[in-house]
Amino acid sequence: MREEVEPPALRAHDADDADDADDAGAAPALRCGSILFPGADDVPARWQEAREPPDCFHDLNLGRVVEAITAGRQEYDLAPIFHAPLGSLDAVAYRQEAMRDMEHRALRQAVAAFAERMRAMRRLLAAAKESAYELARQRWHLAAVEVYTEAVERLAHDLGGAGLAARGLRGFRDALADRARSAAFRTLKDEARSLAAALQAIRYCMLIRDGSITVCRYRGESDHGAAVAETFRKFQQGAVKDYLYKFEDRPSMNHVEAEVLERVALLEPDAFAALARFYGQHADFVDPAIVRFDREIQFYAAYLDYVDRFRGAGLPFCYPQVSDRHRQVGARDTFDLALADKLVRENGTVVCNDFTLRGPERIFVVTGPNQGGKTTFARTFGQLHHLASLGCPVPGLEARLFLYDRLLTHFEREEDIVNLRGKLEDDLVRIHRILDQATPNSILILNEIFSSTTLADALLLGREVLRRIVRLDALCVCVTFLEELAARSEETTVSMVSAVDPCDPALRTFKIERRAADGLAHALSIAEKHRVTYRWLRERLRT
Amino acid sequence: MKALLMHRDRDFDARELPWNQRALVQDLELPTLLAAMARGDKLVHEVALKALLTGCRNDPDTILYRQAIARDALANPAALRELYGLTWEALESKRKSFWGVWGRHPSSVLFGATEMMQMFAGMLRRLRGIARAHAASFASEGFTALFGMLERELTDEYLARVEAHLAGLRFRGGVLISAELGPGNAGRRFVLREPHEDRRPWLRRVLARDPPGYTYRVPDRDEAGAQALSDLRDRGIDRVANALAQSADHVESFLQLLRAELAFYVGCLNLHESLAALAAPTCFPWPSAAGQRRLRCRGLYDPCLALQMQRRIVGNGVDAGARSAVIVTGANQGGKSSFLRAVGVAQLAMQCGMFAAAESFDGELCTGLVTHYKREEDATLERGKLDEELARMSEIVDHLAPNAMVLLNESFAATNEREGSEIARQVVSALLEKGIKVFFVTHLHAFAHRLFETAGGQAAFLRAERLPDGTRTFRLVEGEPLATSYGRDLYERIFAAGA
Repeated sequence: MREEVEPPALRAHDADDADDADDAGAAPALRCGSILFPGADDVPARWQEAREPPDCFHDLNLGRVVEAITAGRQEYDLAPIFHAPLGSLDAVAYRQEAMRDMEHRALRQAVAAFAERMRAMRRLLAAAKESAYELARQRWHLAAVEVYTEAVERLAHDLGGAGLAARGLRGFRDALADRARSAAFRTLKDEARSLAAALQAIRYCMLIRDGSITVCRYRGESDHGAAVAETFRKFQQGAVKDYLYKFEDRPSMNHVEAEVLERVALLEPDAFAALARFYGQHADFVDPAIVRFDREIQFYAAYLDYVDRFRGAGLPFCYPQVSDRHRQVGARDTFDLALADKLVRENGTVVCNDFTLRGPERIFVVTGPNQGGKTTFARTFGQLHHLASLGCPVPGLEARLFLYDRLLTHFEREEDIVNLRGKLEDDLVRIHRILDQATPNSILILNEIFSSTTLADALLLGREVLRRIVRLDALCVCVTFLEELAARSEETTVSMVSAVDPCDPALRTFKIERRAADGLAHALSIAEKHRVTYRWLRERLRT
Repeated sequence: MKALLMHRDRDFDARELPWNQRALVQDLELPTLLAAMARGDKLVHEVALKALLTGCRNDPDTILYRQAIARDALANPAALRELYGLTWEALESKRKSFWGVWGRHPSSVLFGATEMMQMFAGMLRRLRGIARAHAASFASEGFTALFGMLERELTDEYLARVEAHLAGLRFRGGVLISAELGPGNAGRRFVLREPHEDRRPWLRRVLARDPPGYTYRVPDRDEAGAQALSDLRDRGIDRVANALAQSADHVESFLQLLRAELAFYVGCLNLHESLAALAAPTCFPWPSAAGQRRLRCRGLYDPCLALQMQRRIVGNGVDAGARSAVIVTGANQGGKSSFLRAVGVAQLAMQCGMFAAAESFDGELCTGLVTHYKREEDATLERGKLDEELARMSEIVDHLAPNAMVLLNESFAATNEREGSEIARQVVSALLEKGIKVFFVTHLHAFAHRLFETAGGQAAFLRAERLPDGTRTFRLVEGEPLATSYGRDLYERIFAAGA
């Protein structure tokens, strides 16, 4: 039989516990920080979590991205973490470290198994809470303890063998290992296990007659159904219909079952006495630090599960170099996540793009045919910076990105049906507000500004806005139909043009290339089609 | 328990009919044959059709096994019909009874299954009785095994045990159920238990009372409680109800299989009686394994034609020996098509284990029988006739394996003779090279003539006999294809009509 814990010591016990964690009963909470923030206590609140998404989310389609990342994980409420960009390079590094550790398949599986057990534990605790019968409640609680101890023990084992490099994960691992080794935890686990085994071994009989039910011991009576099946076995002809009744899975027992259970308890007094004692002693057994880990690790798991979808389709992700000084940002083979998500689902082709700023360059002016991927490019630029500031890997083979203070976007509002003057006014008001908020460390993304006025007006206003941004020295992507804006000879501005298919100029490639906006793209592609370009002529003309 | 009247070792299973079943039925006029076999019995019709169409999967051993059973059937018509009738009676009384419509709840399933089992037990006892009465006059391995099995499995002792079980399942002393504690301490793993039979003297029984049980009585007005109690009871008897209901289904499916397999022989018997009434001869063929080129028959005729005309018709003798092709030429209305049908029907009859419409028939089994007949109706207006024909030929080629048998009836005649002959030559040579047997009724003289010159050893050439005065004898004689104008005239007339 299992060891008995002396019941009278119960209350006094807790008081002793404060200075001796290695004792039976409720142990103090784990002492370890967050796995999301280094030195969590000094992290400014706005970096930690934000209930509301930042203003840029809508324009950059990041709302959809976060929705896809957190889908199926609603219980963890992860979106607020994705809403809050980090403000320090160390915080970004802290998360990148943990994210890299989580790239290991074995660790991801261990975390998934842990999460599944914790979920099971919560379900069992809920069942205990909802149960109307004491004997049922005690058993649900016992099952929750069993799952919990298993979850903790397995996680401690898995983290121990995972070869972790991240500061945050190592800190948690060490605290957890201590906990799993502690006497209090061992006792909790062993008691739960032997108690469950004793209950599982119980077998009883019910004799049901009209209106009454008698509960008695099982005395080896033979299986009636098996005997019937045996007698008729010779007629067996292969598969036939199944007549088993689909009994509903009742969440809770009815009063007749409860009466039966009470009588089973009378037949088996020892096991049920031990169950009652266990319930009294371990009412509160869940460690808040473990609950916190359970949620926070899902930030990494969720993001990497999302990334896997793209990697599975051959699209690259990388850990960006993040700087809070160098503005020479760049990325290779990057793409818009929201769009790629849709295309991957539909088995479409995702077009990757490159961008680079060198030396004093700060501003991309993107021009070219409509529906050529200009807005997508602008979104990609913004998404990359937001994701990098969360400590996440970003789309692309490699990326150097800037740790901004504000990501400000101005996209044309589609639904606004206002008169031209009203719209232009609205544009100006919004741009003004953006420029007011912007600092040299901000990123601005402007999409089709001043489309609702005359060309001359638009040029004038556009040049004025760009001049201010240049003066500010902030990073900017400006999508515009005004080629003149791109033709500025200033060294701070880089012209990007959406390309068309050389063989069929009517076909958009969604490639955005670094090239002068000289309007030659079309003419060149027609020459390509007729094989009269320099390259073609060299190949075609025989020597 | 199995009937095993169609295969020595397994149930008759004809769920998958050959891909070209519709063409076979149409081209070989099978509806006439099937009607004579079924005499209005839909089951016989269905089983006979399936048996005929799936015969190409049978080996010679299976065929001889069925032939022996069929001989028994022809020799004991009354006993056969009595057995068949009993299976109908049992299955019909199940179908008509209310037990067939069981509720979903275990208690109603159990009640229905018990009643049904009771009825089946009686039927099985009668089945055994018939077997016992007629066993001596049946000689085939199949029937001997079936009757032996019924004697062996359905002993009086066994039937008594069945009765005892059925009585016990009425639970006069209450339902005893064992259980364990599952999640939330709710009962689970409910197992119905047979109460110990108490054989102790009454005094010891009284003195040695087991540790007492604890009884809960549901209050009289507690309807939810009564429901919960019956729910528990249902959980206890669920498995036994399922076991019994499934057993009843098993007995039913045994009876269904027995009925279906008997139906085939009832069909044979019916057809045999009809042909015998016309004094038309029948014989059990001697099947050779596929690949052993062999075709020798006497008095081969088309039973469908005989049944339609209600008289005995002229048969043909052929000895193709080891040759893979039989090319039939000659005058129209000379019995060529009827011969081709006779060959096809005899082949199917042989392969399914039935007798053939001939005085004698030695043939080789084929791996598949396909027909390529001139189609009169043009389903799609977009396609030309030759186009449609060749598309069908292409589909056929997809399904051919070595030692298959192809019956071509005036194929490739939808173009001029030269081109038709060339197509025919290419198709037939390829088929022969790939080990496929060809029976070709044709007016394409250039083709037939060339084949005669170049591949005479591989093909037998039959000609519809036409007496000098123009009379058709409906007899085929072996001989070189003639370049006479009969065929050509007719061909041109047909072509002109078709164009």
